[in-house]
Amino acid sequence: MDLNNINSTLLDVLKELGNIGSGNAATALATMIDKRVDMKVPQVKILEFKDVGEILGDGDNPVVGIYFEMSDDIEGNIMFVLDIDSALNLTNMLFGRNTTNNQLDEMDMSALSEVGNILSASYINSLSALTGLKLKLSVPSICVDMAAAIISVPAVQFGHMGEHVIFIETQFEENQRQITGDLFLVPEVGSFEKILNSLGVIG
Amino acid sequence: MEIIKVGMADYKTIKSTGILTTLGLGSCVGIALYDRINKIAGLAHIMLPSSTEIKNNSNKAKFADTAVDELIKDMVLLGSSRKFLVAKLAGGSQMFSFNSNVDILRIGERNVIASKKKLLELDIPVIAEDTGGNYGRTIELNSKDGNLLIKTIGHGLKNI
Repeated sequence: MDLNNINSTLLDVLKELGNIGSGNAATALATMIDKRVDMKVPQVKILEFKDVGEILGDGDNPVVGIYFEMSDDIEGNIMFVLDIDSALNLTNMLFGRNTTNNQLDEMDMSALSEVGNILSASYINSLSALTGLKLKLSVPSICVDMAAAIISVPAVQFGHMGEHVIFIETQFEENQRQITGDLFLVPEVGSFEKILNSLGVIG
Repeated sequence: MEIIKVGMADYKTIKSTGILTTLGLGSCVGIALYDRINKIAGLAHIMLPSSTEIKNNSNKAKFADTAVDELIKDMVLLGSSRKFLVAKLAGGSQMFSFNSNVDILRIGERNVIASKKKLLELDIPVIAEDTGGNYGRTIELNSKDGNLLIKTIGHGLKNI
């Protein structure tokens, strides 16, 4: 598939997939923290590699990334990214504590991995239900580091496939803005055709 | 002073006084070349080790082997001479860890090995490196003296 000539119908289909998947993920997050969670309209970003580093704004900013590999009928990655303050606020809510700690400890990292796990699983469950494709998720892997270095991981994973990466990005926001996060679905380019096929959009 | 950003799978050169910088190297490797006689600097941000293992290899800046060739070509056009070139390497880490030996996860290590192999073939000495580990690096190559500044989060600041 030539990503340079992708038409607006296909983009809409991908957006809708992102919408359904992340809608479920947002509900799961809201249930966990017992707060209202708002979700922006998903964006489909088709980027050249050189522009990937700035997808999250300043590439030097420290962020938390929780990364999953998606496999079976389609291949790809899912990544949940939070800025450090959001990550701390989220773990404070989960543990029902009120600290001004500005360091993530081992318990926090473990809790964040589990949140990522639940969000990603909700996301791909709904994708799987919608497309009839079988999808499997890896165990979570978590890393706190520069935004550009974290976001390069899913891009490099399929770097040998072409000159572009597709990010289906949804922003979440807890309604008092204590937590904002980005959920990325990064399908490998061949898989992307399979998704569209399964929905009868192309083929 | 001019500051030029180098994106992923991209390379840039500079002759005037200035800095070439690339943000957040993870498994990617920054290959910094410097000609101290002519004060010409070049920086490539490579993603993958080898263009020969892959069919879709039109973007030369993506691979260690082809990016070095292109970078040198550009530096020679600016008036550099191959025999004055020295190299410094940074990056090649593994950001996320999994209990698996899949090759793609060792991509950082393979990128470093491939970059060194290519430089060795071209007789360009690697005079310093800061590679490996599990953290990201932002680097700045100064065209005045060839100094390579390496910034990290939680792993200090280094000049190599």
